[in-house]
Amino acid sequence: MTLSELLENKANEIRKETLLIHKRAIETRVASSLSPIEVFVALYYGGVLNYDPKTPLWEDRDRFVISKGHGSISMYPILADLGFFDKSELENVCKPGSFLGGIPDPIIPGYETINGSLGHGLGVASGMAVALSAKHSDSSVFVLVGDGELNEGSNWEAIMFAAHNRLDNLIVIVDENKVSMLDFTKNILDISPLAARFEAFGFECFSVEGHDVTSVQNILLSAKEAKNKKPKVVLAQTIKGKGVPFLESHPLSHILSLKPDEVDEIIRGLDARD
Amino acid sequence: MQEIKPRAMRDVFIESLRVKMAEDELIFFLSADFGSPALDKLRELYPNRFLNVGIAEQNLINVATGLALEGFKVYAYAIAPFITMRCYEQIRVNLAVLSQIRPMCVNIIGVGAGFSYDMSGPTHHCLEDLSIMGTLPNVTVFSPSDYSSAERYVDETLKIGIRYLRFDAKPLHNIDAEEINVINGFRVVKEGSGSVILSTGFMTHKAVEYANALKTLDENIGVIDLFLPSNFNYDALEKVLDNYDTLISLEEGIGKAGGLDSKILHFLNSRKLIKSFTPLAMQGAYSFEIGSRDSLHEHFEMGLQNVIRVLKGHNG
Repeated sequence: MTLSELLENKANEIRKETLLIHKRAIETRVASSLSPIEVFVALYYGGVLNYDPKTPLWEDRDRFVISKGHGSISMYPILADLGFFDKSELENVCKPGSFLGGIPDPIIPGYETINGSLGHGLGVASGMAVALSAKHSDSSVFVLVGDGELNEGSNWEAIMFAAHNRLDNLIVIVDENKVSMLDFTKNILDISPLAARFEAFGFECFSVEGHDVTSVQNILLSAKEAKNKKPKVVLAQTIKGKGVPFLESHPLSHILSLKPDEVDEIIRGLDARD
Repeated sequence: MQEIKPRAMRDVFIESLRVKMAEDELIFFLSADFGSPALDKLRELYPNRFLNVGIAEQNLINVATGLALEGFKVYAYAIAPFITMRCYEQIRVNLAVLSQIRPMCVNIIGVGAGFSYDMSGPTHHCLEDLSIMGTLPNVTVFSPSDYSSAERYVDETLKIGIRYLRFDAKPLHNIDAEEINVINGFRVVKEGSGSVILSTGFMTHKAVEYANALKTLDENIGVIDLFLPSNFNYDALEKVLDNYDTLISLEEGIGKAGGLDSKILHFLNSRKLIKSFTPLAMQGAYSFEIGSRDSLHEHFEMGLQNVIRVLKGHNG
């Protein structure tokens, strides 16, 4: 089996696990968590991030800030699979006593920061990038933001800051799934064309089909390697609710939940594709 | 008596911090395009540990968080109303909440407490900070009354923790009193009998001024400087207040809204102390009047005549 096939299989497996978590914990934001799965898989299984599950805050790790925290329930099965915590914990998401909530908190091994309020991660990641540079560290800082999240003005303060300070150890990944909470982003507060906007601010911009996990892996590796005094942005063209036809084109997918029998049917469909 | 020039808290604090930077390479200073003569020297000496983030307080706090998570001891510096209220949610989420899980050292320095920028109008008057910063768990509010207190607090700011340093913008004289002791969170500036003014920041200067003026009326008023208005030692203060039955609080902040007066009321209630207590603070709406700090105090009924009225009322 090639690495590409391994990554694709892993993404499919994580998608199924994410749906099963949602089946047990209906409070989780499933559509938003399905769109960045290939990004997560490429980062953690594609040799992009340096990490140590046994020492989550290992000094030489690459930092990964997940600013759109609500849409990262799909990180739970990845972190469990890699050994950041025991897989049995996945049964307890959103149950009293569990550390795995509807929105991930930094009490979870593998999460760097607090999430849940949007527009914070990019600035915090920029501060980390300054710090790592000051410490002469080779580590990089990745930060995942949503496209709807980019309506928050604090992001643009950070974007100006990162470019001005030439933070080439900072890689912003936009989960460009084109849907915010109440509608398509273009109908709420259109921020397209994102590539031109980031470039105008001084970023080096990459665009990639966000569900082609091998392409995502290659782009992320390229962005990480390029030391050209520019921060990078990877625009991952994704589909909110990817893998669930009912959610994929729905403008309200963010707030929709799936019934248990719907989850079972979707998983059967994904199994048939294996 | 030797005349010593008044000094700005920020200059004395930054000068002292600059000395620490020579021996501690983890100190990092961020400014939201706000300066001071002392800061000019600091950034000239340590260009790699100083960054001007621009007029962007939200990003100032977020960048401070990122640096602190990586082990730096961070100072985030801007005008007080802007570094507290423009970026309050950044402070709440990334500092107050996150530091509970990932301990950090971040010091938010706000210059322009209360009516410091008296002529600049309500945007620059900082009247809500004692309340909103004091309500955040894991955040210590430091509200010094003079530059020696600010200087003495430098060592404290190098420890793990989130602190808000509320500095007056005006050069001020030192207050003739014992040095601050963070275990107590307050200091006795003047001992009196019967009545005492509990004040914070610049208003401690006014409290001393009022107490001196009242000597001519045969009033021997005490003055207590509460420099940690949310973290003072209840046992120690209760002991000191044994001497007094009339308490007046004095603050450049909005009254009845979680500021110094509310902290004192909570203290009195929790200790079940029965005393006459009158808070003097800003009441009602914001002021667009152009005038001196003293005139603003008069406008908001926080002047000497108001203290006299309180004392007369109490004395019948």
